[in-house]
Amino acid sequence: MSIELGHFALILACAIALMSAIGGLTLWRSGERLASVLAQSAILQFVLVAVAFLAVVQAFATSDFSLALAANNSHSLKPMIFKISGVWGNHEGSLLLWILILVLFGALVAAFGRRLPADLLNLVLGTQSLLVVAFGGFTLFTSNPFARLAQPPIEGADLNPILQDIGLAIHPPLLYAGYVGFSICFSFAIAALISGRIDQAWARWVRPWTMLSWIFLTLGIAMGSYWAYYELGWGGWWFWDPVENASFMPWLAGTALLHSALVMEKRNALKIWTIFLSIITFSLSLLGTFLVRSGILTSVHTFASDPTRGLVILAILAVLIGGAFLLFALRASALRQGGLFAPISREGALILNNLFLATAVGAILVGTLYPLILDALVGTTISVGAPFFDLTFGALMAPLLLIVPFGPLLPWKRADMLAAGQRLVGAAGLAVFLTILVSALGGVSISLAPLGLLLGFWVTFGAFAELIERGRIGRIPARESLRRLAGLPRSIWSTAIGHMGLGLTVLGIVSVTAWETELVTTLNPGETTELAGYTVAFDDFAQIPGPNYMADTGHFTLTAPDGGTSKLDAERRTYVASGMPTTEAAIATFGLSQFYLQLGEPLDNTHVIRIWHKPYILLIWLGAIVMAGAGVLSLTDRRLRVGAPQRAARQTMEPAE
Amino acid sequence: MKRLIVCIGLLLALMSPALSVSPDEMLDDPVLEQRARAISAGLRCLVCQNQSIDDSDADLAKDLRILVRERLVAGDTDAEVQQYLVDRYGEYVLLNPRLNEHTWILWIAAPTLLAAGLGGIWVASRKRPLGSGEETLSEDEQRVLAELSETSDGRTDKA
Repeated sequence: MSIELGHFALILACAIALMSAIGGLTLWRSGERLASVLAQSAILQFVLVAVAFLAVVQAFATSDFSLALAANNSHSLKPMIFKISGVWGNHEGSLLLWILILVLFGALVAAFGRRLPADLLNLVLGTQSLLVVAFGGFTLFTSNPFARLAQPPIEGADLNPILQDIGLAIHPPLLYAGYVGFSICFSFAIAALISGRIDQAWARWVRPWTMLSWIFLTLGIAMGSYWAYYELGWGGWWFWDPVENASFMPWLAGTALLHSALVMEKRNALKIWTIFLSIITFSLSLLGTFLVRSGILTSVHTFASDPTRGLVILAILAVLIGGAFLLFALRASALRQGGLFAPISREGALILNNLFLATAVGAILVGTLYPLILDALVGTTISVGAPFFDLTFGALMAPLLLIVPFGPLLPWKRADMLAAGQRLVGAAGLAVFLTILVSALGGVSISLAPLGLLLGFWVTFGAFAELIERGRIGRIPARESLRRLAGLPRSIWSTAIGHMGLGLTVLGIVSVTAWETELVTTLNPGETTELAGYTVAFDDFAQIPGPNYMADTGHFTLTAPDGGTSKLDAERRTYVASGMPTTEAAIATFGLSQFYLQLGEPLDNTHVIRIWHKPYILLIWLGAIVMAGAGVLSLTDRRLRVGAPQRAARQTMEPAE
Repeated sequence: MKRLIVCIGLLLALMSPALSVSPDEMLDDPVLEQRARAISAGLRCLVCQNQSIDDSDADLAKDLRILVRERLVAGDTDAEVQQYLVDRYGEYVLLNPRLNEHTWILWIAAPTLLAAGLGGIWVASRKRPLGSGEETLSEDEQRVLAELSETSDGRTDKA
């Protein structure tokens, strides 16, 4: 019964969304009264979709196998957390989650956006509802999660055992929250294009939503990367896989949007570009969610290889994205272009930031789609893999990283490069010194390693230059400096911390790329081997039965150079039902470095052991978490508080330096 | 979610019994072995999704790794080994596509985008002389901002 209730709730939500879409997009000039109706509708849509979602969750939680989706993807003996995460471990359920997050964001705009001008709110909620209609309709007509089975099986088919991981429970919702959040920026852009009105206040309203989505996406990508690292068993953390690229492109575009909205907010420039970025960021998110899954890109990543679904999804994407760009082409010239900048200025630096990020998005997009297009047009198959992306992306990021520390130090409008440079002398000196020191100690295994290190240290330390400058550290008594620092706007802190996080991630990547050491050897219980100053002793080997698998388990003792020891248990599991082997790597953490051990296959009565020492690898993900934390800090800045533009006037009237 | 799918793909690839580089394949000469690893990292495992033969556990990848080492022992240069594999399996085997009549667009894409962006910025900055940026807010903007700051407690009706 509750399943049918859920089904009905989703249909109702779509019907209401349809009315909102038509009303909002045609009668948007009706002002306040329509706005309150649309706001209520947005909240109602959320409640209804939540009911629909909970109905499916309940069926999974209570193992109601009369629901086809549960029968195909769940099992009564699964732990509760995996029963629930199993809801979005399939095509239909993940679509439902996607729509739930979509209406949640719509409801948030309705709840927090009461101070938006009514016309703008009407258009934003209208566009948002249009998205609900498109994807809700797609779910109902092609991917119904509420289908019942006439003869329910006694037991479910179970979720793939490998996917029963806490990573799966959290990773998709985070990623989806990031993707879907950009729909708000998209709706704001459409609203600006239709109404022909766009100003600094618009940028101020859009920025918190961009920031929120960006935080989710940052965490989602970082988590996915760490999950692949520990789960896939050979210690890789980024593969330039089309699926990863699809999540990375909206992140890069979203990062560019954060920075361009800043220029628009402060200088009333880059309006058309910011609108364009808003549209492109959400388009890339749609591409990330659906194009990859439609079966067009690569077949292995698809849940549903049903070509009808793929075609319908492509049609929806074509209409939404094509429509948005058509509107852009027709209306962009009607927007009054502000936009004045001197090359050496804060806005000049931010424009360069956008140039490099946008080019990187373009390069990754071309690299991801090129083999596909070439195959379709010419019939030649080529591969575009990690070496290509490393080279292209690296070449674009190096100059960007070089300018990052300058950005916050350059005043708006017209700046003095020399003055900014003087404030960075300390950071530059420290970066050069540490690079020489580390290269001397670690040896230079890759010729570009020192350059990477230099950039990493430069960004990390350069991030503090503005704090040092504003706090007058070293020039006035320490107590006075602290007082000044504490009084700084949070946006300044969040810029510094965010850029520092970026530097940390760069350092982690460089360190693990240049100084990772690997050992592949054969070992018997009782024997020891050495890597990077660590001693690995193979204590014993046992075959231990797990709940639904047999595990070959190797117990190892790892002795660090300082004498500390830790136990490592690595497994090779064979799942009874499927006969599928998996490896469970053992990971020991020393500070920010990790020791990664994998028990390989038996070879001539001995065991193949693969060991990696990954120096400072945790910096990669720590940097991402620091970046996301900086985003949260920025959201708490009351000037940026969601939907709180009332202080706009004072800020924009700030005298220029 | 998508990570999950990659995972399935990669794990399906894991189903074959062999695992990536194993000691019995490795060459005794550390210099040659190092070259073999470097070459392997740039060769696609043809039956996997986006994995190099150095990372892959598929049987085919193992065969290719052994083949690469045989060619190196026979005295081939790195380029000759690559060419040998391309002759057998086509350009598809190279993860880093070589510049040719089919891939030049791919290779010039990023530099072209960058140059176009720089050109656009240059044109935009030339069009409007510096200094005219000192303009104050327009009437329209001042009106909007004034409304926003006045009506901080209620929704602003249409401007």
